[in-house]
Amino acid sequence: MSEAVIRVRGLRTKLSGKEIHKDLDLEVRKGEILGIVGGSGTGKSVLMRTILGLIRPRAGTIEVLGRKVDPVDRETMLSLERRWGVLFQDGALFSSLTVGENVQVPMREHLKLPPVLADQLAMLKIRLAGLKPEDANKFPSELSGGMRKRAALARALALDPDIVFLDEPTAGLDPVGAAQFDALLKSLSRSLGFTVFLITHDLDTLYAVTDRIAVLADKKVLVTAPIAELERHPHPWIQEYFHGPRGRAAKASAIVPATS
Amino acid sequence: MVTRLARSFSIRDSRPMAPSGRVKVTEEGETARVSLAGAWTIAAAAELDGEIRRLRLPQAKRATLDLSGIEALDTAGAWLIRETAKSFTQAGASVAYAGVDRRAAALLERVGAADQPLQTPEKEPPSFVELLARLGFGSAFVVREARAYLGFLGLTIEAAARTALRPSRFRFTSFVHHLEAVGLNALPIVGLISFLIGIVMAYQGATQLRLFGAEIFVVDLVAISVLREIGILLTAIVVAGRSGSAFTAQIGTMKLREEVDAMRTLGLDPIEVLVLPRIAALLVALPLLCFFSDIMGLLGGQLMAWADLDISPQTFIHRVQERIPIRHFWVGMAKAPVFAAMIGLVGCYQGLRVKGDSGSVGRLTTRSVVESIFLVIVADALFSIFFNLIDV
Repeated sequence: MSEAVIRVRGLRTKLSGKEIHKDLDLEVRKGEILGIVGGSGTGKSVLMRTILGLIRPRAGTIEVLGRKVDPVDRETMLSLERRWGVLFQDGALFSSLTVGENVQVPMREHLKLPPVLADQLAMLKIRLAGLKPEDANKFPSELSGGMRKRAALARALALDPDIVFLDEPTAGLDPVGAAQFDALLKSLSRSLGFTVFLITHDLDTLYAVTDRIAVLADKKVLVTAPIAELERHPHPWIQEYFHGPRGRAAKASAIVPATS
Repeated sequence: MVTRLARSFSIRDSRPMAPSGRVKVTEEGETARVSLAGAWTIAAAAELDGEIRRLRLPQAKRATLDLSGIEALDTAGAWLIRETAKSFTQAGASVAYAGVDRRAAALLERVGAADQPLQTPEKEPPSFVELLARLGFGSAFVVREARAYLGFLGLTIEAAARTALRPSRFRFTSFVHHLEAVGLNALPIVGLISFLIGIVMAYQGATQLRLFGAEIFVVDLVAISVLREIGILLTAIVVAGRSGSAFTAQIGTMKLREEVDAMRTLGLDPIEVLVLPRIAALLVALPLLCFFSDIMGLLGGQLMAWADLDISPQTFIHRVQERIPIRHFWVGMAKAPVFAAMIGLVGCYQGLRVKGDSGSVGRLTTRSVVESIFLVIVADALFSIFFNLIDV
């Protein structure tokens, strides 16, 4: 068993009086792509934000890369922020900066790089994310949804993170764009060797890229397992999720190796 | 500096940190052996970049890049390795790699595929040309804006005429809601500001007029300026800041969320639904607020005249009734509907112009306030000339 890069123990979160998680345990292993699924309102995004230290839990511990996440501990957070990259649901690119400048933000914040080198490295990330060189000088409002996601991925990869958090990266993309994004994610994670924490509703994505899937239900992680095992899980929501019409279609298309 | 760096690196314990990466070149006949060692990661990129630039290239036909000493590698490091290789190729040597493990090979290939010469942004034209261009853009913008307002005014009048023919289509509930928001809720702030300005004017007037022994003229000063100018101007500016901006922000947010488009597809006319009730509410509320502002301004002046000059309220009221013709009041009130229409039109029009990102809501809200206050003051100046010409 390989080591865990994220370890959540006994997590309890409450938002505006409503309990979101209770006794939630989760482990993400080094180098894997872990999919997080769950119905709407089960707290997938809340879980991600809690791990990132944006929300303070009521109880429980979160360890990332062997260090305890504690929003108050600026020093730990600073060093962790250099080692994870986050792609928020709508990209969350800074609208007043070009794509190139967006990618350079984390570099400028955390490293002292010569400007030319920073430009070149930003361009490298932009190309790695599958954008064209001329897109670097565009503003986020000039990009399509799919390109915005790629630009956000480029920013998330700016510091060569150990862990990449993705919140519904393929939501709102057309199936072709979504499939391309899946392929890009998988090949990047293999060649760059980062761990992926992937929230998604997209069954095609789950079949195409994930190593394991964690199912959020009843305020906790119900089960974490590879997709083949999950399909046999008796929980009614999981059954419906994987054996509904959409689940069957996604599985059928996954048997033919996904385009990559 | 050293301690700070050391601290921020400490998290990377799992990746051994040699004193950053290193490049060593040894010559073996015609082959240069380049040994790379240490951590080739983005954290060390700045130092590595400097080291590569300082590298003295030997005169060799072949170069072998030995990566076996590399302890940590990421995309930035892979890119720098390729840069090193490039500098040898440019010096005329053929480059081979040695000691490349699977992960490094994958990284190098990935980075190589993405490598792209840097695009230099277009050179900016000289500042004089830039200035001229901006002047041109600005002028063209003013003309376009004026035409757009005229067009929007036409659309609104057309919608108003349609509604006048079929009054049942008028959104009465919405009208009442906006009447409360722009009228009733503005009472405290309009009243307070007018009252204070009344006090200030009476006080300033008193100090000057006392020099001539003409204290009683404070009443004329306060009454005429408040009724003719100050009351309506203050009210219009406060309403432009409060309600004009609110119109832009409300309609702009609806525009962003495609609510306005949804309206159109459902057969609702946004002008009829969104613009008319707002402008109608302003047309009713602004004259009423103006009247309230007049009264509060006079009250403030009266209080100050009493406290500072011993002019009793009875004397004040009596003199206003005797000496100040009612036309001054009507001059002020006559401007109110015009200003109301301007503020409403600008606020709604800018709101409907919102598109793209939420930043444009903020930008256009600012513009809406600036333009409506500007228009109100220009119109006020024109009114002054007009009333002067017809001797009112």
